[in-house]
Amino acid sequence: MKRILALTAALGALACPLAASAQNIAITNATLAKGDGSEPVEGASVVVQNGKVVAAGVGIALPAGIETVDGTGKWVTPGLYSALTDLGLWDVQAVGDSNDTAADESPFNASLDVVPALNPSSQHIAVSREGGVTRASVTPHPGNSIFSGQGALIDLGADAAIVDNARAFQFVVLGETGARLAGGSRVASQVVLRNALREAKALVGTPAGAERASDAMLTHADAAALGPVVKGEQPLYVMAERASDIRAVLALKSEFPALKLVLVGATEGWLVAPEIAASGVPVITAPMRDLPEQFEVLGSTQSNIGRMVQAGVKVAIGMFAGDNQPRWATEQAGNMVALTRMPGATGLTWAQAFAAITSIPAEISGMGGKDGGKTEGVLAPGAVGDVVLWDGDPLELSSAPVSVWIDGVKQPFDSHQARLRERYQNLDRTYMPKAYDW
Amino acid sequence: MRGKPRFGRLASVVALGLALATAPAAHAKKKDGDEAVSFDKDPYPSTYKAYPGRPTALVGATVYDGRGKRIDNGTVLFSGGKVVAVGGADLAIPADYDRIDGTGKFVTPGVVDAHSHLGDYASPGVDASSDGNEATSPTTPDVWAEHSVWPQDPGFSRALTNGGVTSLLILPGSANLMGGRSVMLKNVPAITVQQMKFPGAPYSLKMACGENPKRVYGSRGMKPSTRMGNFAVNRQTWIDAKAYMEGDHSERDLGNETLEGVLKGEILVQNHCYRAEEMALVLDMAREAGYKVTTFHHAVESYKVADMLREADVCSAVWADWYGFKMEAYDGIPENAALIANAGACVVIHSDDQNGIQRLNQAAAKAQAAGRRMGIDIPDAQVISWFTYNAAKASGVADKTGSLEEGKMADVVLWNGDPLSVYSRPEKVWVDGAMLFDADNPKLRPVSDFELGQPGEGDVK
Repeated sequence: MKRILALTAALGALACPLAASAQNIAITNATLAKGDGSEPVEGASVVVQNGKVVAAGVGIALPAGIETVDGTGKWVTPGLYSALTDLGLWDVQAVGDSNDTAADESPFNASLDVVPALNPSSQHIAVSREGGVTRASVTPHPGNSIFSGQGALIDLGADAAIVDNARAFQFVVLGETGARLAGGSRVASQVVLRNALREAKALVGTPAGAERASDAMLTHADAAALGPVVKGEQPLYVMAERASDIRAVLALKSEFPALKLVLVGATEGWLVAPEIAASGVPVITAPMRDLPEQFEVLGSTQSNIGRMVQAGVKVAIGMFAGDNQPRWATEQAGNMVALTRMPGATGLTWAQAFAAITSIPAEISGMGGKDGGKTEGVLAPGAVGDVVLWDGDPLELSSAPVSVWIDGVKQPFDSHQARLRERYQNLDRTYMPKAYDW
Repeated sequence: MRGKPRFGRLASVVALGLALATAPAAHAKKKDGDEAVSFDKDPYPSTYKAYPGRPTALVGATVYDGRGKRIDNGTVLFSGGKVVAVGGADLAIPADYDRIDGTGKFVTPGVVDAHSHLGDYASPGVDASSDGNEATSPTTPDVWAEHSVWPQDPGFSRALTNGGVTSLLILPGSANLMGGRSVMLKNVPAITVQQMKFPGAPYSLKMACGENPKRVYGSRGMKPSTRMGNFAVNRQTWIDAKAYMEGDHSERDLGNETLEGVLKGEILVQNHCYRAEEMALVLDMAREAGYKVTTFHHAVESYKVADMLREADVCSAVWADWYGFKMEAYDGIPENAALIANAGACVVIHSDDQNGIQRLNQAAAKAQAAGRRMGIDIPDAQVISWFTYNAAKASGVADKTGSLEEGKMADVVLWNGDPLSVYSRPEKVWVDGAMLFDADNPKLRPVSDFELGQPGEGDVK
């Protein structure tokens, strides 16, 4: 499922045949949640051919002779789109040698690119895939600069090809963390950010071979990496939590109008929701924060997402980095629905909540079928064949994927965790040591 | 703390027993048999008093008693801070009781967290409020968690209102082999720690094995820097404590007083320990030193030795599915709790987290579901005990709370739906019969001093 160039993908199955194991398959009589914000429908079918969804809905005609999976009593959905993960960048968070999330001592920052570090064999990818996650964006973490570097879009298929889009966005962190990294204050982080963008802009306009200004602070590599950002070709993901920090982010557009901004965090977003909505800047956030864990999130509330959505902001549930596991997306979305039953709280409808972990993060990542992207995070004709069959309501704690297809390829359920479960399902050590039980 | 790195830079950007309490002065004997030293074993006594409540009858709800029983269309009566009776629809309701209709809703005992650092690692999590690890010596059995608790931590109210948590065991952190004494709290807003202290709860000694102590001290070039170093320091400390216990107690030694309490069985042991082989070694060490481990915390590998833990009568306090954040969590599996329960051993769902404590019920539900998928079907009523009765047992207060039984504390949660569903939240919470949260009454939500005048004050959160 290699996706280096959008062009390649656009040529489709003819130019770039999918792996031989891609199946033509129909799932029938299931409860269908398309992921596009529509309500689930019962008795639906989904047809996947040549790695793509060709039909999804009630009363659709199945192609003759196609292999079918009975979805009776089950739910069928698109694969989950996990926004802002560090999947593939570490095996054990606390084991530094296995952890490529941040480059604290590198002289390079904005030019860092996660792609060569991505490890498709990471257990976290396998475990997430078993949890229904089929696509993700991967971001570097802040190292010693407010610029973390360039993230990638991946698929979680059990094969060596992992990258869908390289250098899909640049990540910059403001707020308390950015202030510390920039020299000790928000004042400094604003100057560092604007200066970097100006240097990038200058470099873009500099004739080949000409020298840069003598007071340039960025390495050439970093300034060059920010070129696509100032031109609006590469989205700039900006982490900011406090209402005032969010306003400062939105104000960037006055000097750099081409910037394609995405707000990350925005824990106090509800306090400035109309302004965010008016700017058209989408948000990727974690939904469950309700504690003043730092001074920049004194206004944290689980109603943040609901209030922003009501104000017209496009919001994805994400930030599945560190120990916030991507497979917890369904639980977090479910909790947004729970809020609709709490007086005074603002939550999301089921359909909105499910879209917040499927189509919306895909759209924000540029893979929603618009802007020349692919159609991910939805079950609709032409979408990638990422399909999950669940044993119940996917947002409910008791439910889990029964089967997962990525680009129409049935995925294995054989992670380290799954194998441990099988080995220790009984504790009989009478005949042979457990080490022979595999 | 589980001793892992903070939630990742992205996200950061993401008691003494009743007998002792009523006998404040302990008398140790000199070797010659004379009464020598006497001191107060409870110098910071609980001043907790139950808040006023009204005699209440919860009717029509599905009742889980916390000990494995489910009553459909049940009735729960409480008055004077105590559970009066639990029964079916035919249970007679005294005339002066308020009637609350729980039709379509659920009632459980108050939720108990057997592993919390609220107050010791408060929000906001700034250095000035980081009071959970006395990480200055590998063994600090002399420190008491209660001396660090900041009652204004907004985390207490979130645990109450979102999680239905009515009591919680505050443990000192896991940087040390012996981290100090716990304090059991009732989850009531208070000005002083003593006003929260759970009356008659035993103290526990927090111990930690594995990576944390060896990392913290090894990185300073001191002992322990290895797992064998961990055991060496622990064993010598127990040997010294035994010598102290047999001595004349002519000089007070706060650390040894704690360890003596453990050796006498007055103080419980809460041992942070992830891996199977280390739990086995700790049980041997306990046998060697002459104490009992009450609970292994963070026991992600209990499923490998669940039979051994059943035989040793040790609880496993676990998360549902935390995974891979540190090396000793690499073999964590979501089926852990179900496998432990299936082997007949004691399961507790704990949080160790200011967010996780708000959803212990959800964690239990996830763990139950993982078991069901591998063919282990544990009834809902038993799963409820993982975060109520079993957690109270692991904390040493199961005779007082953790279940809905006549005479026990009226710590009660009315849920607006099945507590094992993601869509449900506490609707009303009572602590000792006092209603301290009501989702339908905006004024019945605690706002800590810290939150006054801040954005979102009094928000439903």
